[in-house]
Amino acid sequence: MRSRRVALGITLLVSALVTVPVAVPAGASTNPAAQAGGGNQTQILRVGVTQEIDSLNPFISITRTGTDILRTAFDYLTVYSQEDMSPVPALAESWETSEDKLTWTFHIREGMKWSDGEPITAEDPAFTYNLMLENEVARTANGSYVEQFESVEATDEHTLVIKTKVPQATMTALDIPIVPEHVWSTMSDVGAEPEMPMVGSGPYYVTEFEEAQFTKMKANPNYWRGAPKIDEVHFVYYRNADAAVQGLQNGDVDLINRLNPTQFDALKNDPNIELVQAQGRRFNEILINPGAATADGKPIGTGNPALRDIKLRQAIAMAIDSQTLVDKVWGGYAEPAAGYIPPIFSDFAWSPPDDVKREFDLDAANQLLDEAGYEMGPNGVRLDKQGKPLNLRLLAHAGDNIDENGGPYIVGWLKEIGINVTLEPVSDTQVNEDTTRGDFDLAFSGWSANPDPDFVLSLQTCGNRPNAQGKGATPDSFLCDEEYDRLYSEQLQELDRDKRIDLVKQMQEVLYDRATMVILGYDNVLEAYRKDKWEGFPMQPADSGVIMNQQGYWGYYGATPAGEGPVPTFDENGMMVSDGSADTDTTTAAGEDGGSTGLVLVIIGGVVLVLLVGGFLFARGRRRTADDRE
Amino acid sequence: MSDILTPTEEALAEAPPPKRGGGALRYLLTKVGGGLVSLALVIVLGFLLFRVLPGDPVLTMTRGRPASKEQIAELEAQLGLDKPLIAQFFDYLWRLLHGDLGESYVFRVPVTQKILERLGPTLLLVGTATVIAVALGLWLGTRSAWRRDTRFDRVSTSVALALWSTPTFFLGLLLMAATSGWFPTAGMVYSDTPPDFFAQALDIAHHMVLPTITLVAVVYAQYQLVMRSSLLEEMGADYLTTARAKGLRDDLVRRRHAVPNALLPTVTLVFLHMGFVVAGAITTETVFSWPGLGLLTYDALEKRDLPLLTGTFIVLAGAVIVMNVFADILYRVLDPRVRAS
Repeated sequence: MRSRRVALGITLLVSALVTVPVAVPAGASTNPAAQAGGGNQTQILRVGVTQEIDSLNPFISITRTGTDILRTAFDYLTVYSQEDMSPVPALAESWETSEDKLTWTFHIREGMKWSDGEPITAEDPAFTYNLMLENEVARTANGSYVEQFESVEATDEHTLVIKTKVPQATMTALDIPIVPEHVWSTMSDVGAEPEMPMVGSGPYYVTEFEEAQFTKMKANPNYWRGAPKIDEVHFVYYRNADAAVQGLQNGDVDLINRLNPTQFDALKNDPNIELVQAQGRRFNEILINPGAATADGKPIGTGNPALRDIKLRQAIAMAIDSQTLVDKVWGGYAEPAAGYIPPIFSDFAWSPPDDVKREFDLDAANQLLDEAGYEMGPNGVRLDKQGKPLNLRLLAHAGDNIDENGGPYIVGWLKEIGINVTLEPVSDTQVNEDTTRGDFDLAFSGWSANPDPDFVLSLQTCGNRPNAQGKGATPDSFLCDEEYDRLYSEQLQELDRDKRIDLVKQMQEVLYDRATMVILGYDNVLEAYRKDKWEGFPMQPADSGVIMNQQGYWGYYGATPAGEGPVPTFDENGMMVSDGSADTDTTTAAGEDGGSTGLVLVIIGGVVLVLLVGGFLFARGRRRTADDRE
Repeated sequence: MSDILTPTEEALAEAPPPKRGGGALRYLLTKVGGGLVSLALVIVLGFLLFRVLPGDPVLTMTRGRPASKEQIAELEAQLGLDKPLIAQFFDYLWRLLHGDLGESYVFRVPVTQKILERLGPTLLLVGTATVIAVALGLWLGTRSAWRRDTRFDRVSTSVALALWSTPTFFLGLLLMAATSGWFPTAGMVYSDTPPDFFAQALDIAHHMVLPTITLVAVVYAQYQLVMRSSLLEEMGADYLTTARAKGLRDDLVRRRHAVPNALLPTVTLVFLHMGFVVAGAITTETVFSWPGLGLLTYDALEKRDLPLLTGTFIVLAGAVIVMNVFADILYRVLDPRVRAS
């Protein structure tokens, strides 16, 4: 008897396992905003993303994908142009500054509407900024932008006045999504997930978010620049980049980015796929510990003291060949090293003029070291000034291409100039922790620069060094240089863009000379899309840039289905220049084929049936055996 | 595979006193008590383990973004990381007593909510795969033992072993490439599937095919091998000769006499593995972007989301402990010899 009950229990458990969870998620996702489904005429852009969204709350989200979606959902006061990423008008039509450079007056464009039809006024940015000034949680993602704000006020419906504590050149680069006051003022918890559909001001607004699965956006009919050509954008989450590539080939998604060179090359023969090799905004570097210290100048960490000598650092910099790394490690999908700001930001980028430039030259590096008094010891390892052999550690991110494959090259080159380097690959977080505490000699590092260079420049200032516990800051090379810091504060207060660009270039020259870091190169961003379904997308910057993860919304906004070209471009004021508005008569390819779905269901149903019958027979068998025995 | 047999051996070795009712109660209490002790250890370990790992969560969160010192300090205070470790530990215990696993650093929602959201998909996928793997393993195991050393035995055993030793990641990608275009490449449903129940269920079934096949292929071998070896042990037994002497057909001898007795170790194995159902198959979920607990754990580890990691750790380890206790109890129910001794 008992065994029969057990068998019955097992059978019930099995059926529950099979059926209940099917019912639950299916039922759960029946909720909001699904009017879009069904119809074949809806044009959907499916974007495959390989990073999960942390939150769709614009005050909280910090992930690349989250910000990418939110940049498309909310407009800013000003936005970075498609052309060259200089700040251009968005919600603010124009702006001026006071004599003392402390008061900024932004004129908010008239006649704009939120996606729900309410008007957009100066009250909305005023509300957003004031919320961030008052509420700690609202500062989570973008708090650094409002740090120097004294007050924010909407003097009338179309005028916004911001007073700052010190002059700020970054005021036309406020990367803060403006939220609608009429929605957010009624929210009790600023940090909570916003309600769907999410009222927005960008080209699309978010209608549905299924965690770790997809985010749906719909075209915003009220968008002030004009509604997009397509109806929806879906961001589909792939945890695995190889699967995303397969998904693109199968037509499950239309656009993917961040491919590695192997995946990129493998797609070259696919006639339906267009490849985009775009300039990246990340620089890769080797840090050389110049004697790490805390913000108040107390030495910390275990860096080799020999590296405090600028001559030794310069010799190391001279012995690293960026071109070889580009060719061999990045497979050609990168740009060779120049200045600290990546060349994608053409305004601010600097490259060393001939009289300053250090060419890759092992002999010259050896000579420099000889002159500086580093005598060659036994075993081909030079001795430092104290007579100890020059043994250095090179901290690397385990599993990273440039670290793992570029590391051995660097070890080899430095060996040629008599420096013994040990490559130490550890986890990313370990690298972060060790570099922040100054526990390194050489270390791989890198940052993504923004169109406004202020943040990456601030990394190299004295004030950006950590506190005594090795915390409270994100230092990079532990440089602390008077000249650099002076130029840094000058550029931050310089409101004339051309003069500021000049200052930023001078700073890069200082960085190059001090050699506390060696730029290795700037890797390309590799993207791919279905050219059988899409004519193309506006790239940023216009000729050599990316489609996804732009500093703006041009790529998704200007998405053009196949046969509906040309792809629009946007001028230096952010206005659409060419717009190929042809009549829509192409039918979107249906995403899936019902045939195989049905077949699969039959197979699964069959399997479940077999199992249930099997379970039943097994139960009967067991009971009989038990009967036999008794 | 010898660890599979421990519950019996243990139960037999413990040799409860002859008084029957008291014995059963004591047996139950010992097992449940043992489970509770393990759970307590898991709770302490879950806190400590992830905090001794390198990686400052605030540093990981702010890396590569504009973040000032003030903002970093603010974040630390928000997450409670500015307090001493011992105070954090007591906070954690106190919350846990109220059934609160804390708030995720990255997602900014309660960990409990996050785990419950992901539990459904994992149970569905791994549950289905386990059921199929058990059925397939038992069937193949029985057949190959019964016809040992035949070609069927050799082929099916080597295929099972080969699949068992294939890396899940590789197998998953291989299947995906081989069936190119027939099955979806990620997730549980297409983003544009109509929201009605039937369409959704159909789409989920479609999405489940590849991950299920991958999981089944990788795990069914252990059921097959255990079933095969325990049936082989029974095959020389006298009662089978008796059954044959009664004139029973070979088929019946196998089904009614040999298999039920050989099934005991396999049942234990199945129940022990049920605990791991919740843990899911981290790799399979990663390959197919299946939005389950395994994927959540993987992401949390990558982002140093300590409360979420601790939460998933407790839930996953808890499930194994509970199923272990359950397997012990079940064994007593199934096998009269354990009860009698």
